[in-house]
Amino acid sequence: MAKSKIRSPVSRLEGLWQPGILLTALVFSIPVLTIASFLLYPSGDIWQHLVDTVLADYLLNSVLLMTGVGLGTFSMGVTCAWLTSLCQFPGKKFFIWTLLLPLAMPAYIIAYTYTGMFDFAGPVQTQIRDWTGWEYGDYFFPEVRSLGGAIAMLSLVLYPYVYLLARAAFIEQSVCVIEVSRTLGCSVWASFYRVALPLARPAIVAGLSLALMETLADYGTVSYFGIGVFTTGIFRTWFGLGDSAAAAKLAAILLLFVFSLVVIERWSRQRAQYHHTTNRYSQLPVYRLTGARALIACVACALPLIFGFILPAFQLSLWAIDTYAVMIDSSFFKLVLHTILLGVSTALLAVLLALFMVYGRRVLASKLVFASIRVVAIGYAVPGTIIAVGVIIPLTWFDNTLDSYMREHFDVSTGLLLSGSLFALMFAYLVRFLAVSIQSVESGLVKIKLSMDEAARSLGRKSADILFNVHLPLMKGSVLTALLIVFVDVMKELPATLILRPFNFNTLAVRAFELASDERLADSSTAALMIVVVGLLPVILLSKSIASSRAGS
Amino acid sequence: MTFQLEVENLDVRYDNYQVLNQISFALESAKIGCILGPSGCGKTTVLRAIAGFEPAFGGRILIDQIEVSSSHYCMATERRNIGMIFQDFALFPHLSVADNIGFGLKSWPAKERQERVQELLAMTGMPAYGQAYPHQLSGGQQQRVALARAMAPRPGLLLMDEPFSSMDVDLREQLAREVRDILKQENITAILVTHDQHEAFALADEICVMNEGRIEQRDSGYNLYHQPVNRFVADFIGQGVIIPATVESRHSVRTELGSIEGKLPPQREKGALVDVLIRPDDVIHDDDSSETAIVVDKSFRGADFLYFLRMDSGIEVMCLAPSHHNHKINERIGIRLDVDHLVIFDRSN
Amino acid sequence: MHKICGLAVFLLSVSLSTGVPAAEVNIYSARKENLIKPLLDQFSAQTGIKTNLITASADKLLTRMINEGQNTPADILITVDAGRLYRAMEADIFQPIESEKIEAIVPAHLRDPDNYWIALSKRARVIFYAPDRVDPNALSSYENLADPQWKKRICIRGSGNIYNQSLVASMIAANGKQATQEWAQALVDNMARPPMGGDRDQIKAAAAGQCDIAVANTYYYAKMLENKKDQAQYQAAKKMAIFWPNQAGRGAHVNISGAGISKYSRNRENAIKLLEFLLSPEAQDWYASVNYEYPVNPEVKPSGLLGSWGAFKADTLNLSKLGELNAEAVKTMDRAGWK
Repeated sequence: MAKSKIRSPVSRLEGLWQPGILLTALVFSIPVLTIASFLLYPSGDIWQHLVDTVLADYLLNSVLLMTGVGLGTFSMGVTCAWLTSLCQFPGKKFFIWTLLLPLAMPAYIIAYTYTGMFDFAGPVQTQIRDWTGWEYGDYFFPEVRSLGGAIAMLSLVLYPYVYLLARAAFIEQSVCVIEVSRTLGCSVWASFYRVALPLARPAIVAGLSLALMETLADYGTVSYFGIGVFTTGIFRTWFGLGDSAAAAKLAAILLLFVFSLVVIERWSRQRAQYHHTTNRYSQLPVYRLTGARALIACVACALPLIFGFILPAFQLSLWAIDTYAVMIDSSFFKLVLHTILLGVSTALLAVLLALFMVYGRRVLASKLVFASIRVVAIGYAVPGTIIAVGVIIPLTWFDNTLDSYMREHFDVSTGLLLSGSLFALMFAYLVRFLAVSIQSVESGLVKIKLSMDEAARSLGRKSADILFNVHLPLMKGSVLTALLIVFVDVMKELPATLILRPFNFNTLAVRAFELASDERLADSSTAALMIVVVGLLPVILLSKSIASSRAGS
Repeated sequence: MTFQLEVENLDVRYDNYQVLNQISFALESAKIGCILGPSGCGKTTVLRAIAGFEPAFGGRILIDQIEVSSSHYCMATERRNIGMIFQDFALFPHLSVADNIGFGLKSWPAKERQERVQELLAMTGMPAYGQAYPHQLSGGQQQRVALARAMAPRPGLLLMDEPFSSMDVDLREQLAREVRDILKQENITAILVTHDQHEAFALADEICVMNEGRIEQRDSGYNLYHQPVNRFVADFIGQGVIIPATVESRHSVRTELGSIEGKLPPQREKGALVDVLIRPDDVIHDDDSSETAIVVDKSFRGADFLYFLRMDSGIEVMCLAPSHHNHKINERIGIRLDVDHLVIFDRSN
Repeated sequence: MHKICGLAVFLLSVSLSTGVPAAEVNIYSARKENLIKPLLDQFSAQTGIKTNLITASADKLLTRMINEGQNTPADILITVDAGRLYRAMEADIFQPIESEKIEAIVPAHLRDPDNYWIALSKRARVIFYAPDRVDPNALSSYENLADPQWKKRICIRGSGNIYNQSLVASMIAANGKQATQEWAQALVDNMARPPMGGDRDQIKAAAAGQCDIAVANTYYYAKMLENKKDQAQYQAAKKMAIFWPNQAGRGAHVNISGAGISKYSRNRENAIKLLEFLLSPEAQDWYASVNYEYPVNPEVKPSGLLGSWGAFKADTLNLSKLGELNAEAVKTMDRAGWK
């Protein structure tokens, strides 16, 4: 009966595809499985201690953080996406691409800069006290290092995920459906709420789930702000209490959160298999906003940009002006080179793997493949350190086993072959970021109707041939998006890089973090600013590609 | 006689649900076949099984004498030497018209490829559109490009999946005839899937009427209309009513509208109760006739009127009359029967 | 496609081709790059021994070393607290450091009884107060910080930080579990705000008036005072004064930065040379003048700012204890609600 599930017959070579995908999925699940396997160890009284003291706090804070970041990224992302795709107002062209800039800003960097600026002892509050003569307790000022602050920081740098995907969805919507709704008596705004927004829901949910997974995986911001969430809890338990089993239990709960996110996302997509009902696209109509409305639109787009990018970049620049002369030396350029090389090669690999898996799922239409792709995607929400540990353990095991085998039988030592190499580092990146490339490639692929594949096949072309001659040209926007997001993510990645890198190998993120965590914000600013600058190029490319990605044009 | 396409006892299932049940038919070389049926009858599945997009659960398919599908084998689509035109055309939006047409000619030398593309552009009447992109074309033009693209590699078999369904009604038959001319010109064996009988009549040499996963009748369009083998085909092809009748003799039955002569199946005994198919063109408007009926409804179709009539017994029939006979609703008009083909079914219920 | 494969192969080969030059020493360091690299460079210049460095937090380096097992490339692990050194020794990845020179330099309480690890520098965790609001005579010891008179007046960072964990561990060693639990509870009541930020932030908050007392490591305070470029920090530090706690008793809590030699080291001789160098007067002086840490080598007298603060009595608890009691300390703080 299994035979009848094969939708498209495949050639012999393609017969290896499904096992290939399953094997890939297995390999990239090893780190998460390794961590999960700690659940089997007894954790004794430490777990009970956690339950008695801090677990409720972790749970509550994690939920609040996710809710807050969810609301924040949704409201900023969707509002800006709608305004810049379907309205006309002064400065729109500028906002279209600049709104993506916060993507280049690592969350921990923005947290450091905001703390520097708005802390009780920072320049802003000091100035207020100087002007007014108030003392501590005389006035209210929102505390940066709080749960609310963490929500704000993470929302400001993560909203571009929602913006990016929502905008692409709005742009790709056939103008017909919006026009139909207007002929049915809906105003522009009602059309938005009743037609455009529901149609874009799969994209928005996909963006939100990326943002929330990043939130769950964040360590830098929450630990700097002293907020007890799952990631900080895992670290304390593992390293402070020295109990890996209890830490794994916390990680398992974290994975439960992720899993429910994934399920919600799938569910939302399934209920809405929105293929576009028409192939006809015309120039999108734009609603010309004037006067007060135009001003409001401008402000709505300017706020995320100012707070998510301009202000922190400005502060970083101020610091960098003071310190760059000392910080830029010959090793600095090596840092930049390392960072870029690592980012580019990981991004290419991530996209190739994503194509291999997602396209395989399309051709093979197998539930097993489908499930394995979802499993691989879980790594995105697992904090980098946890993944790093999950990478070290199996890789060193492999190396040491091979080494002792070779010593025994051939009297040669192979030493550490994989661990401690860039291979280990890139492997960890892929475990963490494959989800991003899969997400993006998948969203591009589902938009291509199956009849395209069938037409190409009926014209005598094979799967790989079709992928390169039909699909890739049609989804180059999505592939580019995947490349760029993975690149930027790798460039910002910190904890896994710190622990897995080979000797004498540094990246910009490592340099920035080391200085900042040593409470030398000003000195760290040069490297931090460089991350932002290197991230700008792909982000600008990205915005160009979404601007030109109108279907049918 | 050699067949270009043979389908033998084809079964297809989706997860235990039987979509096709013992489908068998064959198509001679250079003929155009058609699978006609209502939506959901499985006709597209037949096409997809021939194309190799669906594996066969049972039975087999041969293209040009070579077995391409059986219960344990399914040749990959790209090796079947077929061409296919899709309902949505599936033109590659990133390629120009010429590149779309040349897509299946990858292995051809550049010069020959170019000549073939030009030839097809000329044949489909679009020589000026080689560099245009699909989204710049009208629906009819896209359809021609889809045809040209599918025909370019000279496939042994051309499959067409509802190729005219997105066209305007007026355009459909015209395009269907054009396509037929091109196919005949190139001597291509083709099979068309549609729910539109006019398309089928305009294009096909022979037609399989399908219903609920099986073939009900395989015949020419003329015979399907005039000699349907069962009520489904009678109902699906053309218009008409079924009225009760009594067997009068070995050569005639009696209805309320008078006797109908024709060939009866041998087992019908005198006095047996049967049903007879009456097409609108079997009922002649004749002011001199003694039989009359009341006009219940009518629809103007240009050259003629289609009248819906009720007889005194309550039985309703349809009548096709030249449009200069313009009668009002509720008017009583004279009619008589003139049946060339007697079609008899068992009495229902 | 080919380009991509080529790039991958290139990266892999680069990463694998860590050849074996004649003389080198590999260091896993929890000390940040900028606080160790200059010394390593100096060492290489003097001896011609190449140094290879990875920096990360001690826990992660430890995890990496333990898993790498006998194939670990690491020769030396440097940490910035004693607890991790103890943990490494427990995990059986260190070997005794056999050097008479080192034994002669490092005082007994600043190294493992069997020389599995040694201290490289000392760092004191002390009390800072705002002289305009606090009478130093009211201050005495860490224990005194639990006194109700400091209600809502103390700033101290979170319990996830190793310096606090070590401080609490030292108190458990001195006063026992029960007393320390009560102390922690009272201290949480005395906090002016939920713990947040780093050590400098506590000093800044106290200077700005959010609290009156801050607990921090001395070198942060020193760096704030010495970096006149950052005027805001400098002004904040100037408003605060340093207080050495427990001078009448066991002495101020001191933690160390230290190192051990990997059990599987392939460059043992070079590793010992490097440790000897790090204990040499010039290296010790560098720590004191650049990072304001107290030297381990008794021959080196702190100069400049450290010198101006004068001598103080330091807790001579054997630092192994800090490692042993670390988990207990974390639990104590969890129970006290110390975020």
